Amino acid sequence: MDFTYHVEGGDFTNAGSTSSQVKRMLKKIGVSPEIVKKTVVALYEAEVNIVAHAYRGDIFVSLEDDRVTIVLSDEGPGIPDIDRAMQKGYSTASPKVREMGFGAGMGLPNIKNNSDILNIKSEVGKGTTIEFTNFFFAQ
Amino acid sequence: MAEDFHHALKFKYDLCIGCSHCTGVCPTNAIHVEDGRPVLDPNRCVDCGRCYVACPVNAIYIEQDDFQTVYDYKFPVLLVPSIFLAQFEEKIKERTILSALFHIGFKHVYEVEKSVDFIKSKIQQDVDSGQFAKPVISSFCPAVVRLIQVKFPILTDNIYLKKPPLDMTAAYIRKSLMDSGVDEQDIGIFYVTPCAAKIAAIKSPVGEEESVVKGVINMNYLYSKVLRVIKTGEYKVCDDSVRFHRLSKASITYPLTGGETKMLKHGRNLAIDDIHNVSEFLEKVEDEDIQDIDFLELRACDGSCCGGILTAENRFLMIERQRKRMQKCSDEVDSEDNDLLNYFDYLEDKRSVIGTVEPRSMDKMDENVSVAMQKMKHSFEINQNLPQVDCHLCGYPSCKSLADAVVNNKAEINQCIFVQRAMEQCDLLTQQEAHKIATKIWGTKKTDPSLAKKFNL
Repeated sequence: MDFTYHVEGGDFTNAGSTSSQVKRMLKKIGVSPEIVKKTVVALYEAEVNIVAHAYRGDIFVSLEDDRVTIVLSDEGPGIPDIDRAMQKGYSTASPKVREMGFGAGMGLPNIKNNSDILNIKSEVGKGTTIEFTNFFFAQ
Repeated sequence: MAEDFHHALKFKYDLCIGCSHCTGVCPTNAIHVEDGRPVLDPNRCVDCGRCYVACPVNAIYIEQDDFQTVYDYKFPVLLVPSIFLAQFEEKIKERTILSALFHIGFKHVYEVEKSVDFIKSKIQQDVDSGQFAKPVISSFCPAVVRLIQVKFPILTDNIYLKKPPLDMTAAYIRKSLMDSGVDEQDIGIFYVTPCAAKIAAIKSPVGEEESVVKGVINMNYLYSKVLRVIKTGEYKVCDDSVRFHRLSKASITYPLTGGETKMLKHGRNLAIDDIHNVSEFLEKVEDEDIQDIDFLELRACDGSCCGGILTAENRFLMIERQRKRMQKCSDEVDSEDNDLLNYFDYLEDKRSVIGTVEPRSMDKMDENVSVAMQKMKHSFEINQNLPQVDCHLCGYPSCKSLADAVVNNKAEINQCIFVQRAMEQCDLLTQQEAHKIATKIWGTKKTDPSLAKKFNL
């Protein structure tokens, strides 16, 4: 089953709505609470990243019998140095975003810790694509 | 699915008028209507009692143990929440109430909150200990614990797995009576409950094997019994030395909203009451939308226990009386006032909940992930074409619930009144068939053709 959600950059009031909907679906199909939690944490983080940094983005969710794969593709500034962004505490969020309590860093490492497979592609000035997969059962 | 929950809420079908008000207020969509009667899904119901409050004809009742079993014990002990007293008008004194309770046959009367000072001495340390996921969620309200199990299974690790005052005080009573030479089998501890959820929790304790409480008495039942004794004056007034044990300020505020968070010295701690508010908040916590909270005190009833469905007095008046009583209390009491304080070491051993609180998701559509996924997909497709009016006319609380029921072969899509109209327009459904469907959902009385005559139509 595939679903697509659209996210607008800067729309913090709706940030997290996709992860909430995905959470509900995972609960319906009987995925264990630990895996649901993991997926929600990773997706919430990635979704808020689009809202905080990008102009707009789409989230593609693909549910299979044994896994969920989520691709978040945004039009935005891109990440100049992914390795650095993967470090704990590194942040590119503007002071305005930080004032709202977002963008304190930890975003990408947190996604990594809560996903089984993670791929990040980014082009400066164009945008970022994050793809992660979580398996429903221990591999 | 594990063994069903025990439910104290029961329907009186002879009184039920099939109005479906209960269906609409249920926070877990546990009730639907068939043949003009409510049908309860025991795996969804959390015993919060919203249906009991909504029922216009009192067709929902709370099952209680036979009161006569009190007399089976040599030492019947009453374990009563402090708010029990708050039901009575100010002019009725504590000693009068106590005298009436002794007259009824209890040998000892203890207030549940006797163990609050013990809990108060531990709670901050527990929250800070890291043994529970943050936010640590209070296990005081059994309806909330069940709500988390069925609706927010991700948060089961957050539940504060330490026994609440009821269990602690009961453990103390048993131990102290045995220490004074009473035989264990002669002790009958009876708990007075302000709600259905506590009954359910005692009858099938979550994460526990057996409760030391031998029976449960509904608070409004005992209130009436006590008031009757007082009004008829048939009791013997006990002497001045007999009184309720002195409780600390914290103990008296404990059953009110904010009673637990007040005991915490630092951190971000929130108190929320009313099950719909609780549900809304937990959804956000589960979504990661709300973070960095240390402790959540969550209670299913508006006004916490004073708003319990089995209390006899208006909740706002009860809260006011409870506060007034609190003002007369001191901050600390010593072990002379509260003998329980001598039992800290014993209680420490009894404090931990033995089992765990298992998630038991009500949303899961099938045990098999791929079957569940197919069902979910099918349900989405059905729901997309339903009117989203959530009118209950199909017998289900919402269009989504109907779609789920159709997918599980428990309902037909033509139960939707809008679908019926569309079918009639395409000659796919006759008037007779539509009438038959309505009768199947709402019973014969509401759809009797003679109704037309009664309205002179």
